[in-house]
Amino acid sequence: MLATVLLQPENLDKILADLPIEADWIGLRWVKVIDRTRSARDGVPQTNGNSINSGVMVEVIVNGQIGYGSTNLLTPAGIAAAAQAAHQQASATAKYHLHTWSITQRPKTTGNYKSAQANSLDSLSVAAIDELLIKICRSLKVSDQIVQTRAMVNTKEIETFYVSSNGSSIYQQVQLLVSDYGATAQAGSITQTRSNGGMSSHCYQGGWDYLDNSSLWARVQQIGSQAVELLTAQECPNTTTTLVLDPDQMLLQIHESIGHPLEIDRILGDERNYAGGSFVKPSDFGNLTYGSPLMNVTFDPTVSDEFASYGFDDSGTVAKREYLIQNGQLLRGLGGADSQARSGLPGVSCSRACDWNRPPIDRMANINLEPGESSFVEIISQVESGVYMESNRSWSIDDQRHKFQFGCEYAQRIENGKLTETLRNPNYRDITPKFWGNLVAVGNAETWKTYGSPYCGKGEPNQLIWVGHGSPVAAFANVEVFGGN
Amino acid sequence: MSFNTEMFAGFQQLAVDLRSALTAEECFVLTLSGEDSLFTRFNCAQVRQSGTVRDVRCTLKLFKDGRTCWQKFPCMGEVEIDRLQAQQALADLRGQITQISPDPYLVLPIGQEHSVRDRSGELLSPDIAATTILAAVKGLDFTGIYAAGVNLRGYADSNGQEHWFSADTFTLDYSLFTPDGQAVKGAYAGAVWDTEKYQQQIDRSRQQLSRLQQTPKSIQRGKYRTYFAPAAVANLVDMLAWGGVSEADLQQGQSSLAPLRDGDYLSSLFSVAEDFTSGMVPRFNQMGEVAVDQLPLIAEGKLVNTLVSSRSAREYGKVANGANDQESPRSPVVATGTLAQEQILATLGTGLYLSNVHYLNWSDRQSGRVTGMTRYACFWLEDGEIVAPIENLRFDASLYDFWGRDLLAVTNFSEYIATMDSYDGRSLGGSWVPGMLIQNFTYTL
Repeated sequence: MLATVLLQPENLDKILADLPIEADWIGLRWVKVIDRTRSARDGVPQTNGNSINSGVMVEVIVNGQIGYGSTNLLTPAGIAAAAQAAHQQASATAKYHLHTWSITQRPKTTGNYKSAQANSLDSLSVAAIDELLIKICRSLKVSDQIVQTRAMVNTKEIETFYVSSNGSSIYQQVQLLVSDYGATAQAGSITQTRSNGGMSSHCYQGGWDYLDNSSLWARVQQIGSQAVELLTAQECPNTTTTLVLDPDQMLLQIHESIGHPLEIDRILGDERNYAGGSFVKPSDFGNLTYGSPLMNVTFDPTVSDEFASYGFDDSGTVAKREYLIQNGQLLRGLGGADSQARSGLPGVSCSRACDWNRPPIDRMANINLEPGESSFVEIISQVESGVYMESNRSWSIDDQRHKFQFGCEYAQRIENGKLTETLRNPNYRDITPKFWGNLVAVGNAETWKTYGSPYCGKGEPNQLIWVGHGSPVAAFANVEVFGGN
Repeated sequence: MSFNTEMFAGFQQLAVDLRSALTAEECFVLTLSGEDSLFTRFNCAQVRQSGTVRDVRCTLKLFKDGRTCWQKFPCMGEVEIDRLQAQQALADLRGQITQISPDPYLVLPIGQEHSVRDRSGELLSPDIAATTILAAVKGLDFTGIYAAGVNLRGYADSNGQEHWFSADTFTLDYSLFTPDGQAVKGAYAGAVWDTEKYQQQIDRSRQQLSRLQQTPKSIQRGKYRTYFAPAAVANLVDMLAWGGVSEADLQQGQSSLAPLRDGDYLSSLFSVAEDFTSGMVPRFNQMGEVAVDQLPLIAEGKLVNTLVSSRSAREYGKVANGANDQESPRSPVVATGTLAQEQILATLGTGLYLSNVHYLNWSDRQSGRVTGMTRYACFWLEDGEIVAPIENLRFDASLYDFWGRDLLAVTNFSEYIATMDSYDGRSLGGSWVPGMLIQNFTYTL
């Protein structure tokens, strides 16, 4: 028997009751994460690791100010010290508070959420995963011109326990799966890399079905072949033309030029020293034409297998689907309870923390472009001259989310309504409102796919959080596209 | 007992326990990374969020029969609990390691070195940190983050090698804004807080802010003579950590520097080295290997060394040089040149003065092309005089141009640009970089 008591999250109510502090409000958020990463390169194991992480954040409101203390010393003394630190910081900074916080921003909420799981992560053994990744690497090597192959899978099982002094009690359990594989081909000084939809874009809530399914091996063959194909492809032309984007690039386009600029904490200036601000002003909500009438964008944490679904955000607000942009008109921003109180703007349940050791801030969850009416064939057939691009490989946008430049792995020329030759090193650049104003076609539900990213960075201290993005194929007129040197 | 002392003692005990639990066929590496930090976030010269993070984690890596796997677990500084966690990790790893394929390039811990480096400092007391910082910025639109506390790094292995590094550090990363949204960026970082020095730093930023009162000038896309201040150069140098000087990246077709290996070269004015002499970061890597004090990477434009981890050394027949697993620079130093501070504007003449750049990415890695944005206190100059701040511009240029034939001059001074990121805990270290004058720098949007 241990001399030191190791606390358990199932007893969070009692831990809250035993805290040696008094405050206007106290919340406890205990997060347990089991994170497994396995990867192979060129058929050789590269990484096989597990991370077991567990810790608590104590959040308090004292004199209208919020303070936090977080620890993974999960003993009575450890959590008490975190609570005292939270109280000290709230007290010491109360006279400099940016807003007078109250219990209104931390509503009483009770409930549970669990990922819809296609199958358990235990259904594949370590040996089976090892064998699968090595086989993917070997299958990607379709030619001697392939100089590198790689395959990776990451799973996370995240449990969040949340209780508060005003009676909240929430338990959430999510299961995340990220997979990635790709090949690099080389001929002389030409090197081209092709992956399955861009870096770690295959992100889902669910089990192994999202990687190990009937389409896997055909896709692996296609990725290897396309890497080789790109070696002899023409450079993407330098021109202004119609650009058609696959959903695996739309994920990045939505993320950078819709998601981030609509974050209300950016608009309020919190991120000005790091991630940046936004070209969107508070007065734009309800008034700004963000894009063409074909543009319908939702915040939707309720899609069962999409990567960033949840039942409640980390300030205890119930998650709901909301339109951010409807028929091109900006309706609401990405602001949780704190930002809604500060700005008076309509927001969503998006106050999220990446782990137990970071406070909640405004984050994307699932931000989706809703489907339109056109099939993929119809979209292409309406383009006399253009470029179709897939799979992000480069991304950069200014601190106001205005001027962007994105690059893709693979492209095809569109001529007289048909996809023709393959193009390499495709890039495009534009300015956000102009770009979305030139949205001329939106694919139907058959073209709609969900992707995501585990790497959305923001916040001070920095936070990496997981986000999901669903989109159909979409076409944009008058976009500047260009190739490599 | 201090946090540092307590964690060090606990870590050593864990290593002893693990050595006694091993079988003859097994080896292990145990690493520790931890912090006890205060983070105070400011916006509009008020406190947005303030709190503390006490987070210590160990990673146990097991080796057996040419295979390896690892497990990370919380480390509490409570010997009994940590021992149980380590035992559980060892049991889990033993259950997995036989299921993993052999790694032909596996490297085992073989070193014998020991080191202990404690860099104690004098940090602001958490209860007065916000008051002290805000007192100097009255009347300013001040935003940013103060992060301070102790950082720990530990290493131990089954071969008996042990290293420990602890450092008390603070960083204040801030911006000051004009009412129309223009800004200057500043940083104050170190181990000993000095309120007078901090006040002087804010005063310098306040002076810079006064230059931003004019309406920003819109600059047409094109090629311009450009001065990069040290903070902007640091952002460019960061690109070498990502598809740059890594031996594995070069071998696998992922490096922008492949032409340099094939005999191409940059300007003789450009030299960069890995240099640990400042002692700001541990010299030991994830395998306990200790890097040499100084390793030239690019010397007078020529690629003279890459960063080679012991695994890459084995795979590609190279000599390891203490590089980390990622083969990224941990303490880069860019060589200075001859351009004096007082000559910068006159030598620039007509063109752009960039204090900072933002959101860099390879737009075509194989040709060394980098895109990014100007940000903060960037100016248009004519005949050596500042005319106006500029509206932000996008650039897209190849390092073979801007560090090649278009590099005109390097300043005779350099600045320490502390690494501020805290994604995986508070970072250590930074880079020493000069300013650079470049001609024909390409702006595209």
